[in-house]
Amino acid sequence: MFNSLRYYVKQAFVQVFRNRAMSLASMFSITAMLLILGIFFVVMVNIGVAIEEAKADFDSVSAYLADETTYEQAEVIILQLSGMEEVADVYYLDKDTAMEQWKAQEWQDNAYLLDGLVENPLPNSIEVKVRALEDADRVAEVLGTFDGISKVKYYQETVDKLVQITDSLNMGLLVIMAFLVIVSVVVVSNTVKLTVFARQREIEIMKYVGATNWFIRGPFLTEGIIIGLIAAGVSAGITALIYSRAIAALSLDLSLILGNPMVPVGFMTFNLIWIFIALGVSIGACGSIISMRRFLDT
Amino acid sequence: MIIFENVTKNYNTNVGLDNVSIKINKGDFVFLVGPSGAGKSTFIKLILKEIDADSGSIQVDGKEITRLSNREIPKLRRSTGIVFQDFRLLPKKTVFENVAFAMEIIHQSPRQIRRQVPQVLSLVGISNKASKYPSELSAGEQQRVAIARAIVNSPTVLIADEPTGNLDPDTAWEIMRLLEQINMRGTTIVMVTHAKDIVDRMGKRVIAIEKGRIVRDDVGHYGYQENNSKHMGMYSYEKGGPLNHV
Repeated sequence: MFNSLRYYVKQAFVQVFRNRAMSLASMFSITAMLLILGIFFVVMVNIGVAIEEAKADFDSVSAYLADETTYEQAEVIILQLSGMEEVADVYYLDKDTAMEQWKAQEWQDNAYLLDGLVENPLPNSIEVKVRALEDADRVAEVLGTFDGISKVKYYQETVDKLVQITDSLNMGLLVIMAFLVIVSVVVVSNTVKLTVFARQREIEIMKYVGATNWFIRGPFLTEGIIIGLIAAGVSAGITALIYSRAIAALSLDLSLILGNPMVPVGFMTFNLIWIFIALGVSIGACGSIISMRRFLDT
Repeated sequence: MIIFENVTKNYNTNVGLDNVSIKINKGDFVFLVGPSGAGKSTFIKLILKEIDADSGSIQVDGKEITRLSNREIPKLRRSTGIVFQDFRLLPKKTVFENVAFAMEIIHQSPRQIRRQVPQVLSLVGISNKASKYPSELSAGEQQRVAIARAIVNSPTVLIADEPTGNLDPDTAWEIMRLLEQINMRGTTIVMVTHAKDIVDRMGKRVIAIEKGRIVRDDVGHYGYQENNSKHMGMYSYEKGGPLNHV
C-alpha cells in the first residue's frame, strides 16, 4: 500500500514535469475557473454580509397604541408577546421618550424646530424586536389582532425584498458554481486525456504485466490532484491580491453605500483557500478518472 | 498448465478459433506456427484473457479463466509473462526502470526491486546496460530487456509473440538460447513464430494452426507446407479436417 502510494506520487510528479505544457494548460483552466468563482464568491460574501447588517436595522416592529389605551392594557399585550418564540425583546415606549429619541436620531441639530409643537404628535407604542427578520410578518399579524392598537408599522417591503435578494443571490451562486465546476471537469478531463494518450503504450504494457486498473489510474489521479492543488493555491493568491487591491480602492465608497466595512482580506482568503482546495482537488481527480475510463475497459 | 477444451472464438463473421483443444504441460516449450490470420494471436489473447471465448473451457495454471471476473485478470497476467516482436519497452525509462516497472506494478518494495532486477538483468546477459535507455541498445539487447521484464516476477508461463521477428539470425539464436535457458528453469514457454529454421533446429513440440483449427501437433518440424505427410497431423490437414491432440 505504502509502496504504491510512493510510486503514484513519484510518477505523478514525473508526469507533471514531463508533460509541462499539458499540465500548465490544465492548471490554467482550473485556475481560471476558480478565479471567476472566487471573485463571485468574494462579491457575494460582501453583499451577503451587507444584507445581514441591513437586516439588523429592520428587525423591529412598532405597534402604535390608540390614545385611549392605558399603560395597563399595553402591559397585558406585552406580556402575551414576550411569550412568543419569534420575539427577542418587547418594551413599552411612551410618547415623550419617543419624541426625545426622534429628536436625537432624526432631527439632531435641527431639533429645536420641534420645540414649537404644542402637543406631542407621536403615539405611545409597543416596540418589538424580532429574532429573525423573516418573523416580522408573523409578529405584525399577531399585533394586529389586539384591541387598543391603532397601527402596526414595520419595514414590510424592505424586509421582503432583502429576504428575496439573499435567496436569489444564494441560488445564483450555486448555479454559477455548478456550471463552472462542470466546465472545468470537462476541460481537465480533455487535457488529462492527452497525457493519457501519450502514455497509452505504457498503460497497455502495464496491463500486460498485470497491473490493476486502480494501479494504472493511481499516478494519473495523483497528477490531477497535484494540478488541482497548485491551481487552488495560485487562484487563492490571485483572488486575495485582487481583493486587497479592491478593498484599498473601494472600501470607503462602498462602506458609504453598504453601510458597513468590507470583509477583511485575511478572513476571506482563509475561507476561500479551503473551498478552492476542495474544488481544485475534486475537479482534478474527476477529470483524471473520466479521461481514463475509455482506456481501462478490459 | 494450459488446457484448451473445444474453444471457439469468432470475430463477427471471421473465424478466430474453431473448436480447438490443446494441452500444454508444465515446463513445455511449444512453438505455435501458422500463416497470418490463422488464429495464433487469438490463441494468445485468449490465454491472457484479452478477449473472451465464445464457447469451450480454458485453464491456465489449473484455473478456469473463462469465468474470471475483470478484477481477477491482473492476477492471471502476473502468472504469465509476455514478450513481443517489437519489444514494447518504455522509451523514457532506463533498462533498470523498465524491468523494475513490472515489479512496482505488483507492489514490491524498493529493496526487493534493487535486489532482484540486477539478478534478472544478469540472467539475460545485459547487466552492463542497466542505466542505458532502450534507444541506446541494439535490437537483440532490447529483446533481452523485454524478456527480463517478462520473467522478473517469475511467471509460470512465458508467451513469446514472434520474439525473433525483428532480429538478425545470429541475434535470434542468442534469444532462442536464452528462452531455452529460461525454459530449463521450469517456465512453460509458448512461442509464436514464422521462423522455420528456428523451429526445425530446436526440435520442440510444434502446434500448427490454420483457419482457426489445429492442423498439426507433434514434435520436430515447422514445415507443414513441406513433404511431411508421415505426420498424422499433416495428413489430416491435407484432408482438411482437424486432429486435436488433447
